This record gives sequence, structure tokens and C-alpha cells, in this order.
Amino acid sequence: MIDPGWYMALASVLFTIGALGLLLRRNALVMFMCVELMLNAVNLTLVSAGRALNDLNGQVAVFFILVVAAAEVVVGLAIIVSIFRLKSTASVDELSELRG
Amino acid sequence: MTPYPNRTSLMVEALLFVVTAIAAIAGAVTVVAARNPVYSAMGLLGTLFSVAVLYVLQLAHLVAAVQVIVYAGAVLTLFLFVIMLIGVDKSETRDEKLPNQRLFVGGIAGAIVLLAVGVTIFGNFDWVPAGGLITPNATNGTIQAVAEPLFTDWVLAFEATALLLTIAAAGAIALAHYRRRAS
Repeated sequence: MIDPGWYMALASVLFTIGALGLLLRRNALVMFMCVELMLNAVNLTLVSAGRALNDLNGQVAVFFILVVAAAEVVVGLAIIVSIFRLKSTASVDELSELRG
Repeated sequence: MTPYPNRTSLMVEALLFVVTAIAAIAGAVTVVAARNPVYSAMGLLGTLFSVAVLYVLQLAHLVAAVQVIVYAGAVLTLFLFVIMLIGVDKSETRDEKLPNQRLFVGGIAGAIVLLAVGVTIFGNFDWVPAGGLITPNATNGTIQAVAEPLFTDWVLAFEATALLLTIAAAGAIALAHYRRRAS
């Protein structure tokens, strides 16, 4: 096997790109995809760490993250759709209802 | 110390890792850079498949299968549905309204990349067990192998995720049926 550090480095690069997109993009859908990207990077880290430490619990943790991410996508996309029905936009710059 | 059973499998893994890593990064860049959300979704698809291949390389077979089925199958289809519902022709302006946001983003990105490069180059990966790198089949993530801790040590968390999924489904339906009161 190649060194697990390479997998970790790739995961951190993916996480960085996801964080970049989350901070730079203004489309709620694309921001959501960037969150998924970051979750995937963390999953990759957990799998490679679990392999390096010879521990299956890393993969169990990835399984739970997958489930939580699926639930998050369902609710998040429903919220985006209902915001779109209300405001006819998916841009987060247009949404300022909670401003005091 | 012979960490590798044979050189060929090491070469295959290294080659597959390089190809898949490039594909994953290209997909991730597409997600962030594409103006059309559909292209972003396609880039995300590429990254998800690449990460699934990386799971297989690390013998996490069940996780790889779940990744393809749940993420590339269900989640991405949901994303595409919503993109089609919202409309793909909405152009997004690229002007930045938050002050210093670009500087902030650049600082964060630089810090994380520097950390990654530093860990990769200078780190000795001491968390690798002292007996050398493990044999490839030690953590073979088959369905039986992953299910064993899942249904013994983590059974409470497993039941909690079942509850979570039910609540999420109910919440999504409630949001979809929500109507503003006519006032």
C-alpha cells in the first residue's frame, strides 16, 4: 500500500477547494455541493486513517457520515426549494430577512 | 520489514491513486469554477466516483459501494432535480459584496494547502503502527466486516440514524407542503 499520508493530502486539498467554493460562490445549490465536497474529503481521511491504524471503526464512522449527509441533503434542498418559491432566487445575497 | 506483498500491487495502487487524485481535484475545481450549476453537479459526480475508487484502493468495499449508490445515485439525482426545478439559466454575478472576502478565502486556502504539503513532506506518519505498514488484507472492509462493529458497538448510533432519516423525510415533506397563509 502507498503511504496513507498521500490520501490525507489529497483529502485536505479537496477540503480546501470545497471551503473555497463555499466562501466564494453565491448560489445556494453550489454552496451545498461544496459542503458535500468537504464531507467527502473528511470521509476519505477517516478511511485512510482507519486503514493505517488497522481499525474498521473508521469505515463505520464514514457510514454514519454518509447517512447524516443524505438526511442533510434532503432537508437542505427542500429548504432551498421553498426559499425559491418564496423569493424566486437561489442567490444567498438576496436573502436578508433575518437581518435585524 | 516487508510492508508490501509484492511490488506490482504497490505500483498499481500508486498509478491508480495518481490518476484518480487528478480526476478528483479536476472535478472539485469544476464544482467551484463552473458558472452553470449543472456543470457543477457533473464535476461533483466525477469527484464522488473518484473518491469511490480511492475507497476501493483502500479496501473499503462497502463504503465505496454505498458512496456510488447513495451519493452518486440518490444525492446527485436530487441535486439535478432541484437545479432543473430552480432553472439553470439564472446567471450568477461574480462581484464580491463582502469586504475582504477574497483576502480571507486566499488566507484560509493557503494555510490549509501549506499544512497539507507540510504534513505530506515533513511528517513521518508516526501513527502508522510500529510493526510497519499493515498487510493489505488486514482491514478488508467487506459487508460482514463493517457490519460486525456496526451492529454491536454502534447499534445505538445506528438506530439513531434510522430515527434521523425518518425525521428528515418527514421534514422534507412538511417543507414541500408548506404554504404561506393568505393574508
